[in-house]
Amino acid sequence: MAKSGDKSGGSGKKSLKRKAAIAELQRAAVAEHEATESGVQPPKTAAFPPGFSISEIKNKQRRHLMFTRWKQQQRKEKLAAKKRLKKEREALGDKAPPKPIPKTIDNQRVYDETIVDPNDEEVAYDESTDEFASYFNRQTSPKILITTSDRPHGRTVRLCEQLSTVIPNSHVYYRRGLALKKIIPQCISRDFTDLIVINEDRKTPNGLILSHLPDGPTAHFKMSSVRLRKEIKRRGKDPTEHIPEIILNNFTTRLGHSVGRMFASLFPHNPQFIGRQVATFHNQRDYIFFRFHRYIFKSEKKVGIQELGPRFTLKLRSLQKGTFDSKYGEYEWVHKPREMDTSRRKFHL
Amino acid sequence: MASDAARWNHVWVGTETGILKGVNLQRKQAVNFTAAGQPRREEAVSALCWGAGGETQILVGCADRTVKHFSTEEGIFQGQRHCPGGEGTFRGLAQADGTLITCVDSGILRVWRDNDKEASPDPLLELRVGPGVCRMRQDPAHPHVVATGGKENALKVWDLQGSEEPVFRAKNVRNDWLDLRVPIWDQDIQFLPGSQKLVTCTGYHQVRVYDPASPQRRPVLETNYGEYPLTAMTLTPGGNSVIVGNTHGQLAEIDFRQGRLLGCLKGLAGSVRGLQCHPSKPLLASCGLDRVLRVHRIQNPRGLEHKDEPQEPNKVPSEDTETDELWVALEAAAKRKLPDLKQTQRALQTKRRKKKRPGSTSP
Repeated sequence: MAKSGDKSGGSGKKSLKRKAAIAELQRAAVAEHEATESGVQPPKTAAFPPGFSISEIKNKQRRHLMFTRWKQQQRKEKLAAKKRLKKEREALGDKAPPKPIPKTIDNQRVYDETIVDPNDEEVAYDESTDEFASYFNRQTSPKILITTSDRPHGRTVRLCEQLSTVIPNSHVYYRRGLALKKIIPQCISRDFTDLIVINEDRKTPNGLILSHLPDGPTAHFKMSSVRLRKEIKRRGKDPTEHIPEIILNNFTTRLGHSVGRMFASLFPHNPQFIGRQVATFHNQRDYIFFRFHRYIFKSEKKVGIQELGPRFTLKLRSLQKGTFDSKYGEYEWVHKPREMDTSRRKFHL
Repeated sequence: MASDAARWNHVWVGTETGILKGVNLQRKQAVNFTAAGQPRREEAVSALCWGAGGETQILVGCADRTVKHFSTEEGIFQGQRHCPGGEGTFRGLAQADGTLITCVDSGILRVWRDNDKEASPDPLLELRVGPGVCRMRQDPAHPHVVATGGKENALKVWDLQGSEEPVFRAKNVRNDWLDLRVPIWDQDIQFLPGSQKLVTCTGYHQVRVYDPASPQRRPVLETNYGEYPLTAMTLTPGGNSVIVGNTHGQLAEIDFRQGRLLGCLKGLAGSVRGLQCHPSKPLLASCGLDRVLRVHRIQNPRGLEHKDEPQEPNKVPSEDTETDELWVALEAAAKRKLPDLKQTQRALQTKRRKKKRPGSTSP
């Protein structure tokens, strides 16, 4: 009890612990009014009353000691269990059961009813008659207008220029403080099919508004992790004028389908494989990663890739029906953090 | 089998691809009904209302200006009639004494003789209501009284058997604190049962109560909710409040005696297109552009009762989802009918309630 304080400098931790254990035991014994023979307790086995937990020890040092001892014991047990399992696997050889798959948030995703079944005819009909139908039927080819928020700084301007090399048939215009609602009718009259506005805050681009033009949906994204060409390590030479291929990964839900179609309609329908360039929109856990690569097949199965072009990450904030009208437009999907982000395993795209 | 399924549907929803869906909440299934067998965007449903004869017939107003009759007993579309005149889609559909009342976007309100055999191309009565109509609603207590309102089109109450002038024409509120004219955009209108009052919700996030019986033509009460246009409104069974929904999917219950906000309902992610309360039980069916039909419990406790996904492809721009529930005559008497909203009959209601409770608070 009181002795443990004196002994701390001299004897090793073990005796201290033993004393602590004994002290605990004695105190507990006293508390329970059990008649014990003091001094005849076995020093090694500390039999605690049931329902006792380490956190009930009031003394911080002793509590910490007990805890570290418990942790070391747990680690030892875990290591022993692993070794045993490994030995068993080796012993069984071929007959060993397959290794269990580790749980990740992606494979623990809650079942989402909006995931589109590829055979669903209602969805197929809806997609064949929506605003992108004319693109997917090869009736219109995209013409993009890229602009920024007013008074952009260097990073944003350079990002726009690089984006315009990545997206074929795109034009960059300086914003000049014009209202989007006034720009849009002018774009429509000049046959633009999409409008991209890169929003900037404190000299870095942080938002993207993508509006499909005749009367299509407007998507508003949060943009993060923007890397311009010179910041990308081991990159290849600048992209050529060839039309790239597109990869859209993991847009499974109905909302994901809409967003995926929006991205697809930015690029012309006929990729030029000679250019060996590919733009990837990869959706994982509601974040969309954009990458632009050049690939080369070294053999049948082996590919080498070089990253060109800018890279950024997008997160969808809202999808609005109709062209840009944030005040009076009707929203098809709005991200509501307090309602939608309650579960770590639920995703919407 | 189709008839069976058709009869047991609790909520009817119209979609933008022209499909009428009947949703059975007990079995959590939706059944699709199309007139031509194939969905067509030209037939996008823009207005729904119950037909004559209780809740056995639904009148579906489509974007190509046809009104289709759908029988809930048999589960098939029985007939259709073309209602030409004016431009734009249907903004209101109503049925009164064998006549059909339609109102289109450009303000032409027509009363048609609802005879299947004699589909006369001429309307019985035609009124010009003013351009930019957003809603026409029929007074459930007086079937020949309708109210119309829209964008820059003030609320007007018309008596179809009376003169060509509106019975009540609302006046705009006073200029605001900057002495600017307050714009008008009436998105939805409801008649309050038991009195002559009307409630409207506007695109400028206001909820207003008008009383034609008072000498004041301006709104008697005005409250604000949120910052986005209110698109749909419905009366609660308690009779003292309305539930409104806006373009961001926020639903709120507002007491119109005091103008207070009683509470909000959550769950919707897209613009609210249709709201309908059950006539007697505190249940609300809501549908919106996020393609999900949800049934909410309005009080004790406030929460989501039920969520239906299967509107997969279709957004639901239709104004009305109607809750129609059938009593199986186990206990009480005949089918209870309430004016205005759809019937209340319910099979084994309480039992189902208790069953649902434990699992009902699913997100």
